[in-house]
Amino acid sequence: MLFFSYFKELVGKEVTVELKNDLAIRGILHSVDQYLNIKLENTRVVDQDKYPHMLSVRNCFIRGSVVRYVQLPPDGVDIDILHDATRREARGGG
Amino acid sequence: MSWAGPEDIFLSTSLASYLDKKLLVLLRDGRKLLGILRSFDQFANAVLEGACERVIVGDLYCDIPLGLYVIRGENVVLIGELDLEREELPPHMICVSAAEIRRAQKAERDATDLKGSMRKRMEFLDLD
Repeated sequence: MLFFSYFKELVGKEVTVELKNDLAIRGILHSVDQYLNIKLENTRVVDQDKYPHMLSVRNCFIRGSVVRYVQLPPDGVDIDILHDATRREARGGG
Repeated sequence: MSWAGPEDIFLSTSLASYLDKKLLVLLRDGRKLLGILRSFDQFANAVLEGACERVIVGDLYCDIPLGLYVIRGENVVLIGELDLEREELPPHMICVSAAEIRRAQKAERDATDLKGSMRKRMEFLDLD
């Protein structure tokens, strides 16, 4: 559940989600669940001309299984905290 | 994503906040379906009422009516809420009939096939 907890910390930040079909969407992270499904607000598609059908989509739900990358804001990750949490989880401590 | 109480559906990833709204559903094969969300579950299985497929070829598009659709969740890529204030498509795009869009689709497919076969025949040249 490490990454679920981690993504929950990022709620409200602007992220870019790149999908397995190469569509990349930038927006404010609204929420995330245990499947790493993602809801974005105020979305805009990175390559708008290639995806005209996405023009009027402001809010969207992305199925976790189709996500390739989530690009985070530069200050979005505190490596030390993540590192500690990873070791705690690996030990089974949660 | 799960069923959530009325007070927190707007905070969770639940699709409940999209119920009865007009949505755009992108599928894994690249199809775009539009319709009103009437039901869903934790797998993103979804029921769309008044569904239609939006076929886009270049600057041409066509909405082909389909009726009531149950979409299996594994095929869903993205579910987008359509902002009714905004234009659904850029102004330069032209709405055409189903027959015309099928013709345009076929022309595009033929052009891609031709490009592929020409490339195959030229492979001995080691273009890359």
